Amino acid sequence: MSITVYVPCDSSAISLGADRIAAAISLEAQKRNISINLIRNGSRGLYWLEPLVEVVTDAGRIAYGPVQVSDVSALFDADFLHGGHHDLALGAIEELAYLKKQQRLTFARIGKTDPISLDDYLTNDGYRGLSNALKQSQADIVKAVTDSGLRGRGGAAFPTGIKWNTVLNTASEQKYIICNADEGDSGTFSDRMVMEGDPFVLIEGMTIAGLAVGANQGYIYLRVEYPHAHKALNAAIEKAYLAGYLGDDIQGSGKAFHLEVRLGAGAYICGEETSLMESLEGKRGLVRFKPPLPAISGLFGQPTVVNNVISLASVPIILDKGGDYYRDFGMGRSRGTLPLQLAGNIKHAGLVELAFGLTLRELLYDFGGGSASGRPIKAVQVGGPLGAYLPESQFDTPLDYEAFAANWTVLGHGGVVVFDDTADMAALARYNMEFCAIESCGKCTPCRIGSTRGTEVIDEIINGHEVSKNIPLLRDLCNTLLNGSLCALGGMTPYPVLSALNHFPEDFGVTDTTNAA
Amino acid sequence: MTESNSIQETVQAVITTLKDKPGALLPILHGIQDALGYIPADSVSAIAQGLHLSRAEVHGVISFYHYFRDTPPGKQTIHICRAESCQSMGGKQLEQHVKDQLGIDYHETTADGQFSLEPVYCLGNCACSPAIQVGADIYGRVSPQGFDAIINEKKELA
Repeated sequence: MSITVYVPCDSSAISLGADRIAAAISLEAQKRNISINLIRNGSRGLYWLEPLVEVVTDAGRIAYGPVQVSDVSALFDADFLHGGHHDLALGAIEELAYLKKQQRLTFARIGKTDPISLDDYLTNDGYRGLSNALKQSQADIVKAVTDSGLRGRGGAAFPTGIKWNTVLNTASEQKYIICNADEGDSGTFSDRMVMEGDPFVLIEGMTIAGLAVGANQGYIYLRVEYPHAHKALNAAIEKAYLAGYLGDDIQGSGKAFHLEVRLGAGAYICGEETSLMESLEGKRGLVRFKPPLPAISGLFGQPTVVNNVISLASVPIILDKGGDYYRDFGMGRSRGTLPLQLAGNIKHAGLVELAFGLTLRELLYDFGGGSASGRPIKAVQVGGPLGAYLPESQFDTPLDYEAFAANWTVLGHGGVVVFDDTADMAALARYNMEFCAIESCGKCTPCRIGSTRGTEVIDEIINGHEVSKNIPLLRDLCNTLLNGSLCALGGMTPYPVLSALNHFPEDFGVTDTTNAA
Repeated sequence: MTESNSIQETVQAVITTLKDKPGALLPILHGIQDALGYIPADSVSAIAQGLHLSRAEVHGVISFYHYFRDTPPGKQTIHICRAESCQSMGGKQLEQHVKDQLGIDYHETTADGQFSLEPVYCLGNCACSPAIQVGADIYGRVSPQGFDAIINEKKELA
């Protein structure tokens, strides 16, 4: 009987050589006349161990990593196909503390299965949520999502059930479900992992959303920087059509749902939902005024649900196990789990899905193991390029939407980027302003002009030119951006800029402490 | 058949295949860039005609999106991630090294037509920073020496 070996097809694993490892293992097995069944799985999200190879043995799935091509022959010599000892042996994958301590609901299958095998999906609880949804009324599906307490995981944390309810109650011949897969925040990759590692869960979530609100067309707006996700999604969509999970008659219910992937073109602003819809309509991604809400007048003027990948991928388990099951995880008004992404200068970078409530410090040290460089952690940017930098004094903040908001910080999409003490916070603040200038859609003046002026003012400060005059000017400008911008790009760029200035004034050459905060 | 004719035929074929999709402009632009590597300026009027848009509208869309380009790229395009996570792991030093090695800045192509250099704001490879993309291939934890090795390998293949 052939032995099953898993080598991830996740793009981060590939970026570290997973494709070459897979090829080398196949070749070596062939040379040794050993029959193996090589499966390309998603990543477990333990990226410091990638490329991570797993072998199915009587004692479960045994992991080896990080594997290089030069290790392959020695792994065969050590009989890794039967869990043999080797320096890279990590033991049973499920027993690794990093993984064992997590609460994987949305990521339950990722890393375990072949992402584009519908059979694998079905034997691992896939499409159970849809099966339940098909037996329920539209209002009941929406109620389950409302009861779960799920809030938009893209960053804005708006209650998903309320959004769906608005679309359900807005009469129209044509409604749409849009998945916002324009995951442009630095430090985030959970959407990518879902799309590459378990695309069916997103397809199922969108199908349930379509049934719930009466939409028969869905679009996944995917960033062009994710070619592997594009391939996986298209392969899974094709299989779902063939098996009657998409199309005009979903599983004999007489209900229709169609799904198509559309590619963005490198514009960060298109992750903003109204800009995204403009782009889908074939236009420049200019932000729209709200109201009208997309739920009432969205894509092509029709009622539209726009949800992030993780929000939609969390729907199947809610419909499978019930809203209460999901709601029982978490704290306060942040219910369920959040897939956190540990990135940047951190020893154990990866995906950590946990119920809300863990502190940032626990995440950084218990999971992350401290900085990758071994130097002290100076600052952590949470929530992408529009998120604040947190200094050490704020590391005890629980990972919870409200607790973060109380600190003038944001949890956003759960991206956590770590910087050690060599980071220059003034240079980072300058980068944040420059990024806003590069990515601004140009519709509103504070963002369009303010970001360029902001970059110039920070340059002046960095060059030590009239610092005591330029700091108040920068604060005033940030105030205009905060209060006068049309969307979060201009409206939140002051978060990283001002948090850098407030917590690390010395990096800006500010010695006068009255100016600091 | 002249080269220009063949380009126009490719453009027209993409337009004909995709023009009836709702919101067809981005799919068409992707189709053309996938086929030709860029969107030639003289394809704008054909696209405009196919979609009943003005040329200004089509030009406006092409110029809005960083990914679309109106000049032919080098044989391979190198994308360097400039975002925060990569910066935290030496991305800026890598960026400088790449520019020095290739002798070009962003949005430029080497004189031999081999490489074009573009910035990118996140490849979603933030757990393996710094990250770059060369052609279709993504690389993680790229040191300056690692970059040189990647480029030498690409040159040998070319």
